[in-house]
Amino acid sequence: MSAGARTLEASARVSRPVAVLIVALAVALIALTPFLPNYYIRVANSLLIYVLLGIGLNIVIGYAGLLDLGFVAFYAVGAYAYALLASAQLGLHLPLLLILPIAVSLGVMAGVLLGIPVLKLRGDYLAIVTLGFGEIIRILVNNLGTVTGGPKGVARLDKASIGGLEIARPGEIYWLLIITVLVAGVLVWRLERSILGKAWAAIREDQDAARGIGINTTNAKLAAFATSAAIGSTAGVIFAASQRFVSPDSFSLQESVLIVLMIVIGGIGNILGIIAGAAILILLPEVLREFAEWRVLFLGVLMIVLIIARPAGLVPRRFGPETLLRGLFGR
Amino acid sequence: MLGTLVQQAVNALTIGSIYALIALGYTMVYGVLRMINFAHGEMFMLGAYAAFLALTLMAGDAQTAGGVVLMIAFTAAVVTVGGVGVVLERLAYKPLRNSTRLAPMLSSLGASLALVAGMQILAGPQPVAFPSLFPSIPYDVLGGTVTSVQIGILVAAFVLMIGLWALVNRSRMGVIIRAVSESRQTARLLGINVDLAISMVFFAGALLGAAGGILYASYYGIMSPTMGAAVGLKAFTAAILGGIGSVPGAMLGAYILAFIEVAGTALLPILTGGLVGTEYRDVLAFAILILVLLVRPAGILGEPVSEESMVYKREF
Repeated sequence: MSAGARTLEASARVSRPVAVLIVALAVALIALTPFLPNYYIRVANSLLIYVLLGIGLNIVIGYAGLLDLGFVAFYAVGAYAYALLASAQLGLHLPLLLILPIAVSLGVMAGVLLGIPVLKLRGDYLAIVTLGFGEIIRILVNNLGTVTGGPKGVARLDKASIGGLEIARPGEIYWLLIITVLVAGVLVWRLERSILGKAWAAIREDQDAARGIGINTTNAKLAAFATSAAIGSTAGVIFAASQRFVSPDSFSLQESVLIVLMIVIGGIGNILGIIAGAAILILLPEVLREFAEWRVLFLGVLMIVLIIARPAGLVPRRFGPETLLRGLFGR
Repeated sequence: MLGTLVQQAVNALTIGSIYALIALGYTMVYGVLRMINFAHGEMFMLGAYAAFLALTLMAGDAQTAGGVVLMIAFTAAVVTVGGVGVVLERLAYKPLRNSTRLAPMLSSLGASLALVAGMQILAGPQPVAFPSLFPSIPYDVLGGTVTSVQIGILVAAFVLMIGLWALVNRSRMGVIIRAVSESRQTARLLGINVDLAISMVFFAGALLGAAGGILYASYYGIMSPTMGAAVGLKAFTAAILGGIGSVPGAMLGAYILAFIEVAGTALLPILTGGLVGTEYRDVLAFAILILVLLVRPAGILGEPVSEESMVYKREF
């Protein structure tokens, strides 16, 4: 996609009936899912966690144009924060609402920690260093056996609860996720339209020009890593609270790659694209469950075919949530 | 003490040679296409499985195959995997050549997934015992033990690397490859067959990777469908460390990484009083990588490009 096409203001249009139909379908789907059998709610939860992860990683990749292959590190930070602070592992049994800010702060710290050394790097080198960072975190988690439980992980995490309201069953986790995704989605959407978001777009299009017109690229990049890490660790906390078990297996390089792919296949820089990408990469393997060992092979081939068929993603960047809003309310 | 030192140095050279063979594939593809080929680690894995299949077909039992059969199987396997590399490029990367920088990289990740899963379906997910390519005779060198297996691996790796050096620097094909890596557009304008050059790079890269896989499986006596991922990541780190795109850099990076690994495995527990064990040697490898990139963002032997001059390498 050319730079010109990417910077083009959102110009996609949908007519009001189409917008109403799409939004009504989405609302109906969201409202009806909790009434499905538990298995389907679990699949929906897994989908929503990936949407949340996609929203987070998209800040770095889609907005700031920095390729991060170690995103799963922040997911791990959040998940282990919950696992250690809400289990018998350290003897602490903190409530969810206390762990969340702690995990987010830890995630932001990890994000800045990763951000500082990679500020000088670009493109492929950046991808490698972030990949190395993700691996370092995974190896640490795998080997700090006395704290993290090593390869066995941490089991029997506390049930999450907010003000006496227990959040442990799939249906309850579902609503927690819906609310979190909505909050994160709106937050990031606003962020993209803020001064900071414009700075990110400028860095993505031409870093040198961005610096030339006085944008502090260092701070803008650090902010991108930090906000994306905050969302990643939030996803980790909810993941840990819903599984009530964490182990290093959940934070492999493949996981990072899956999230990058989700964004790219769905359409970079666009929340509707993230949802589409997550739906394909998370739901399809579920549907193919009976072909157990063939599904990874199929997924790999599908990845290649999708990238070749639609290199710019399924949902065009200019077709975002605002397209729907404009369709609904007119201009 | 000297004996231990010699022995550890030979261990490092052996594993470094294997990393170097694989790192060359990453660096050559990058040099020509500016693309990270994540499926390259799978060429390494395919090499071991192809050699095992060839041995079983020819000798009935891979474990008891003799010298000539081993040579034929080795050759057949690396050439076949070289061909797989070419086919993979045609199917999965060529359609994306004029697309964003990110697309072929992700396509290669898909290929990597598919190849590992395919091998798991074909051969089963469990590790398989791999026969030694060379008879294992221990020699005493300055008080340390060096086996003929290690010597064989060193010789084989050196022969292959010299072969690659000759191909790149002393053959007509090498001139074409270097021209394409310099500038694809200019090369095309001058009537150079760019597709042929790229196919050749993938052929040579996959062939070397497969050879590395066979030597690795033979050294450790085991192979598995997932073996490409871990070693591939290491070799890739080596390529970056040396300066991706640079052939001597890939070799240098591979040996440096191997020496750090061996030294780390031996020294980490001693230096920290047993607090930090050998399991952290991969952390060490990545930490060194990050440190080197901080000082020299283009790697040790990479062209020392400033951030400004990298503008033409703009990403997706």
